[in-house]
Amino acid sequence: MEGRGAPASVGAVKKGLEAVGYLADEPAALVAYLAQRLGKPVLVEGPAGVGKTELAKAISRSSGRRLIRLQCYEGLDEAKALYEWNYRKQLLRIQSEGVAREGEAGGPPAGAWGDIFSEEFLLRRPLLEAIAADEPVVLLIDEIDKTDQEFEAMLLEVLSDFQISIPELGVIEARTHPIVVLTSNNSRELTEALKRRCLYLWLDYPSVEREMEIVRLHAPDIDERLARRLVEVVHMVRQLDLKKPPSIAESIDWARALILLGAGDLDRSVFERTMSIIVKHRSDMDLVAERVGVKLAGPLQAEAG
Amino acid sequence: MGADHAKLPPGLAPRLIAFCEELRSEGVALGSSEIMDAFAALDAVTWTVPADFREALAATVAKSQEDRRVFDLVFDRFFFRTSEAEAARRGIREDRRYEQGGSLDLEDLRDAIRQAIAAGRDGEMRDLARLAIAAFGRRGEGSGVVGVDVQRIRRALGLQAQSQRPEAPGPPLDREAIARFERHLRRELERGLIERTGKLPPSRPLADLDRALPTSPAQDLAAVHRAVAQLKRRLATLGHEQRGRGRGRVVDIRRTMRASLETGGVPLRLKYRPKRPRRPEIYVLCDVSTSVTSASVFFLSVLHALHDAFRKLRSFVFIERVSEVTDIFERERDFGAISARISSEGGVADVSGYTDYGRVWLELGELIGDDLDPRSTFIVLGDARTNGREPHADAFGRITERAGRTFWLNPEPRLYWNYGDSVMAAYEPHVTAAFECWTTRHLEDFVNVVAGGAARPS
Repeated sequence: MEGRGAPASVGAVKKGLEAVGYLADEPAALVAYLAQRLGKPVLVEGPAGVGKTELAKAISRSSGRRLIRLQCYEGLDEAKALYEWNYRKQLLRIQSEGVAREGEAGGPPAGAWGDIFSEEFLLRRPLLEAIAADEPVVLLIDEIDKTDQEFEAMLLEVLSDFQISIPELGVIEARTHPIVVLTSNNSRELTEALKRRCLYLWLDYPSVEREMEIVRLHAPDIDERLARRLVEVVHMVRQLDLKKPPSIAESIDWARALILLGAGDLDRSVFERTMSIIVKHRSDMDLVAERVGVKLAGPLQAEAG
Repeated sequence: MGADHAKLPPGLAPRLIAFCEELRSEGVALGSSEIMDAFAALDAVTWTVPADFREALAATVAKSQEDRRVFDLVFDRFFFRTSEAEAARRGIREDRRYEQGGSLDLEDLRDAIRQAIAAGRDGEMRDLARLAIAAFGRRGEGSGVVGVDVQRIRRALGLQAQSQRPEAPGPPLDREAIARFERHLRRELERGLIERTGKLPPSRPLADLDRALPTSPAQDLAAVHRAVAQLKRRLATLGHEQRGRGRGRVVDIRRTMRASLETGGVPLRLKYRPKRPRRPEIYVLCDVSTSVTSASVFFLSVLHALHDAFRKLRSFVFIERVSEVTDIFERERDFGAISARISSEGGVADVSGYTDYGRVWLELGELIGDDLDPRSTFIVLGDARTNGREPHADAFGRITERAGRTFWLNPEPRLYWNYGDSVMAAYEPHVTAAFECWTTRHLEDFVNVVAGGAARPS
């Protein structure tokens, strides 16, 4: 099933993503293209903060589809992901109908039973919303590695048939084919069946050149030399053994902070003052100050591993 | 293994299937559905862009980082061999004009190669590899064995990782980049060989050594981190698997009744008592004599990286005497520093520096004998080579009686056990299970067993 308005080529997808502010490299653009052409879900894995969620948002913006987001957490179950009946409202309706008919003699309040399981009492959660949508959507299932295997099994069922059966209402089938993007922080192995179903994309930290482009795209006022220095320092920090390596968003934040502070160059004092923007743990800060801070006194040299 | 390329029916489909067969033989789990997806994906991309072809295939076939690594190696090898076989069949030869060219300045060549490696330019690396081979071939140094020649040329070019020669001039190189250049060298040498002999060399499966434990803690840090990250993931998965089991869960009456207030006193939703995953207590004893050092330090660091999965972890090292090293791991994060401190502060060597298991059991019994209880797991990493000294299997037996489970990890393959001065047979009866542990896969299996609480047959 091809999506409506499927893109013509990988190059077109790449340009489209760039136009909405996401600089994709070749594998990412290719997988985004294949997802739309083949109609298969995409599983994006990678370290935290490399732009996995951003990719889904960018695909939604560039293809003009609405984004529906399901944020996964431990203990997420069908009721919060698929649909739920609004029990409180239903009970209130039953009780109020019962009071209203007390005055009348006669049989059971037949009308009330029919109404209770109608659309107005159905709470639609993201998955049902995506399936029942009238126009094409992008369904983002974020951080699926936080859920458990039962949830994955349920998701598989939904993703394979794109229909949901609600016993009281009937079967709801998808009229349009959503683009499904699953992201995972790689904290656990996902089930084979789910991986088999999806196209796989590994997003890693970008190269120095690419990250510079990204930083300059999102913080345009920064001077080129300073941007290069900043990105090189961030790369050095990432190579250390930290609890939480800095993400791309944090590089952008740092660039913006440096612009605000009016810093002309990234020397040791500026670095130590602003280090907390990219390093967020006490123990990491000590390590970074010791390893990287020392090198910043003089001209910067790239270090290889 | 591997179909003879000349005999396959024409067209891409049989070759793709042959490629997938090779991937399967290297351990990548590929089903027919993925092969169908691969065909559909290749249908959608243009094949004239090699990167697109490769990525489209990888997105449908390699579904994790480990699979992708195997995929890359097999892809290069398969399509290289296919194109070479075709060239050999048609009698196409490379145009080797540059070999007759003027004299090659070795210094310039070295610099050019270093620049190309640092910048990661593949096309340039390939051309420079050919030049390098031509230069050294002309000197008559080629031996005809590809692996040996690759190393000779690398040494002659002075290519060493930055960590080993920090004062070398030119841009710094890391191990991965040099390995890439070596692959180009190897490929060009093989290409030359195929042209000369007119047939393909036999294809060997990817060395299992690709997956073996790193032999030196200072190098291959990336491999260590990879293995650790993978083990962490496996343990996290394991925790999920155990928690997910719905059977045998107890209804929590209080929480159910509280939740029922939402629905007018009707208990529509049952709340269960949460099931806490079992967190074992671990005591680890590692042999750090020279025969086993790298494996043991690696193993200890892996365990400490997983310390959040275990409730209590205490580690000890020994050669002739035992010394506790738990705090070294807690204070140091750097792998190199850890191994340096253990070897210097260990205080475990005595006179001869040869392992003495018997004495170790006697000392250990006094150190932790009282702390062991049925909830603990005791792990020994060693080769059981006690250099002819008294094994004191009974002292070992007393320790293992106290602990809930005892595991022995032997970094030698099972065939070597009890050969020479190894006394595994004396210790095996006292342990719950003994494992051989010299690849990361063995390590993973073992960690699964420890965290899962179930002993599997080894």
